[in-house]
Amino acid sequence: MRFLFLAGTALVTIGLIFIFDSRQVLPAPLGKLLSPQHGIWQNAEPANISFNDELRLPGLKGKTDVYFDEQLVPHVFAEDEQDAYYVQGYLHAKFRLWQMEFQTHAAAGRLSEILGEGPGGRILDYDRNMRRLGMTYAAEKSVAEVEKSPASKAQYESYADGVNAYIDQLTESQLPIEYKLLGYYPEKWTTLKTALFLKYMSYDLAGGESDLEFTNARNNFSKADFEKLFYYLADSLKPIAPNTPESPYPAVAAMDLAPPANADSAYFGFRRDSLSISHVNTHKPNPENGSNNWAVAGSKTKSGRPILCNDPHLGLNLPSLWYEMQITTPNFSAYGATFPGSPNVIIGFNQNISFGFTNAGRDVKDYYEIEFQDDSKAAYLYNGKWLPSDKRVEVIKIKGKPDLLDTVTYTIFGPVMYDENYRASEKDVRNLAVRWKAHDASNDGLAFYGLNHAKNYPEYLEAIKNLTCPGQNCIFASRSGDIAIWQQGQFPAKWRRQGDFIMPGKDSSYRWKGMIPQAENPHLVNPSRGYVSSANQLSVDGSYPYYTGDVFPVYRGYIVNRYLDTAKHLGPEDMMRMQTDNYNVKAEFARDILERVNSAQLDEISNKYYSIYKQWDNRYDVGAEGAIVFTLWWAALEKATWGDEFGKVGLPLPNPGEYVLVESLHRDSAYSFIDNINTPEKETLEDLLVSSLKEASDSLEKLSASGLLPWEKVKDTHIRHLLKVIDPFSRLHLPIGGGKGVINATEADHGPSWRMIVHMTDDIEAYGVYPGGQSGNPGSAYYDNFVDDWVAGKYHKLWLMKKEENTDPRIKWTMHFSKS
Amino acid sequence: MKFTVSILLTALLSFALCIFLEWWSIAIAAFIVAAAIHQVPWKAFLSGFLSLFLLWVILSWIISSANNDILAQKVSIIILKKESPGLLILVTGIIGGLVGGFGALTGCFARKL
Repeated sequence: MRFLFLAGTALVTIGLIFIFDSRQVLPAPLGKLLSPQHGIWQNAEPANISFNDELRLPGLKGKTDVYFDEQLVPHVFAEDEQDAYYVQGYLHAKFRLWQMEFQTHAAAGRLSEILGEGPGGRILDYDRNMRRLGMTYAAEKSVAEVEKSPASKAQYESYADGVNAYIDQLTESQLPIEYKLLGYYPEKWTTLKTALFLKYMSYDLAGGESDLEFTNARNNFSKADFEKLFYYLADSLKPIAPNTPESPYPAVAAMDLAPPANADSAYFGFRRDSLSISHVNTHKPNPENGSNNWAVAGSKTKSGRPILCNDPHLGLNLPSLWYEMQITTPNFSAYGATFPGSPNVIIGFNQNISFGFTNAGRDVKDYYEIEFQDDSKAAYLYNGKWLPSDKRVEVIKIKGKPDLLDTVTYTIFGPVMYDENYRASEKDVRNLAVRWKAHDASNDGLAFYGLNHAKNYPEYLEAIKNLTCPGQNCIFASRSGDIAIWQQGQFPAKWRRQGDFIMPGKDSSYRWKGMIPQAENPHLVNPSRGYVSSANQLSVDGSYPYYTGDVFPVYRGYIVNRYLDTAKHLGPEDMMRMQTDNYNVKAEFARDILERVNSAQLDEISNKYYSIYKQWDNRYDVGAEGAIVFTLWWAALEKATWGDEFGKVGLPLPNPGEYVLVESLHRDSAYSFIDNINTPEKETLEDLLVSSLKEASDSLEKLSASGLLPWEKVKDTHIRHLLKVIDPFSRLHLPIGGGKGVINATEADHGPSWRMIVHMTDDIEAYGVYPGGQSGNPGSAYYDNFVDDWVAGKYHKLWLMKKEENTDPRIKWTMHFSKS
Repeated sequence: MKFTVSILLTALLSFALCIFLEWWSIAIAAFIVAAAIHQVPWKAFLSGFLSLFLLWVILSWIISSANNDILAQKVSIIILKKESPGLLILVTGIIGGLVGGFGALTGCFARKL
């Protein structure tokens, strides 16, 4: 009997432990998670935490001192440069380990491994997309390239050693909370992981195209209609580098850019009934990934010194993509935003120069149709011969399921992304190989390494030449008074519309003919107008001898240049006002069109919203109600104009550029697409203005009933935790203005991820802010403490600390690193 | 007296074991103390339960207070679907208490054997 009691209670105890230690019965191992000495309570950082520490670590060469200011920004002073990257790795890991690894898992297509296949298999599909795009293949090639340079190899290895020094001493109780909630452990950091992170940036910034959609458009529209819908030289384009006598474009291309002899039949076959793409990839980088940057010369400032500004627009997440820090060695002292996952300062300044980036947005990813010899895909047709293909077997681990094996075939162009196992079309099998610049071996990190060290314009130029992909508009200002911008990257030399559509893969004449010589990349150095700028617009006008791609925004670039053209006596505070400016110049251009509406034809509700719109000042400010009226009205007008023709095609099609309707209606108010082809009557613009406002008003009534007319309410900006599903780790409903096409490009979940202003005075007067906090721990007060300032448009002073300032009261904590 | 000593000893031993071992070593601590100090079964259970309940509530309460409840507010929404640091601390204590109580009860029967 006693034995039974013993056995019974022992079983209950073991059962309880099993229930509270596993995910089999309860959705989470509550005992493990709630144990105060192991679980989530250990991530609750004391509000008065001290970060002071003495660390003796293997692999360090000398002494490194780290001074944390009140924002928890580390100012690293290393005796040895490799030690500086070691400590950078250590600090990134200490404050951002989970995010660093999660982002590289995302890059490598390994999310299913930790998250499972996801609802409807969506996460698995994302992973397959990354595998088939060859992300790891690309990262492996860049590791091989990095290893050819002893300096880069040492830098990346020191960085990895620093990350691993942190991981090695990490106990289970100190694991970042996401590991505890999801139940997995960090892997050792490697150079490959850093390369994967940088490839993720290539994917995010140079991995977007709509070539399959454009192919559908070509197949279904006449040439005239196609050029009307998808013209890329906007009337309101202010190119980054205008063609001027002081900075002329090359007169001719450096190579023969005649399209292939059979292009008219084999490539430019407009409106023909050919194979169509019905499945379009839903895993695309956000098309709004972009940025603003500008630098004004001393002639436009109060101080006579240049000011450089940059705000990269990316997905807004917590923990933030950026980590702010200063790195000082005997060779250089740089401050700015760094990427947890990579050494160097990415956007920032040193004692002599400042640097920043916007995305070039050039199309460096094209598709080629492959004809295989047979189902084994062992050989494919190329210039009349059968060439052998390579195979790469991708093993995708899936949490709670057996592994998935996915074989990807590699050709002379690159991986065959779409085939019968990953289809681009429902009806037909299309074998589409992707030629992507990010697959080419390169050591792009050298660009940032060089910029951190650069002292002047020639050294800046030497540094950025290492940047191959993603292509960037690299802005520059120096203390000695120079300003410059280069659209830098290795860009394929293309004939007009090359690669906008799927190209034939069996004919070498369709391959990229080579790369544009670096010196012919668009650039502007110390222009007489006194400023350089970029906002992702087309970098050149039609007189540039190379084709540069088909999808670019124009309005941010337009408004930036309009302000800078007339600006004088500028100071940092003017730049802050400009960076947070909410003026919508598209709304200004569209106003005369919308105000053509005959208000006598409007019903009562439409009239109510029309009067709100009429009083609106074209600004996407907090509280503005006209902003949503304009946005919905214009969207309804676009739908009324094009929706009938696009609907008839019934296939995924690209969206015309943001400028197309405004400019087309200004050119011709009898624009041919105005007529609704589904009705017998012939509609006019005036008809469409009435009907589209009526449609918008229906939505506006619903929004109004929920109190959602004020712009910040309906836009509803939020910064989600990277896992997307954990609301308490996110910041939701942020009252901030801005939006698409305005300088303050803050949309719902996307926007200025780092705002920086650098005044090139002797001591460097700099300001910055990002929507996050220095700690990646949701249990820390430093997790999101910058968010409110960012929302309010406030900046923090960035302190380029000098070694002798180590008793400054701004220093709150100190860490001393030395070798063990 | 035995009751109070059991509670204190179990808490101390649990705390010490958890520095080195997994969280469920609290069951081992409760088992050892209950096997060493003889009590009737219901008292053994109650002392194991109270010991771990109090230990876990006090520890998590101290941690959470120092943290201004920043984390507990967030995690309570994830686990309990409502923002209540106090309730999260209570749930923490109950889970520790249950495992501790049954560990002690097992220890008590083991001694009798």
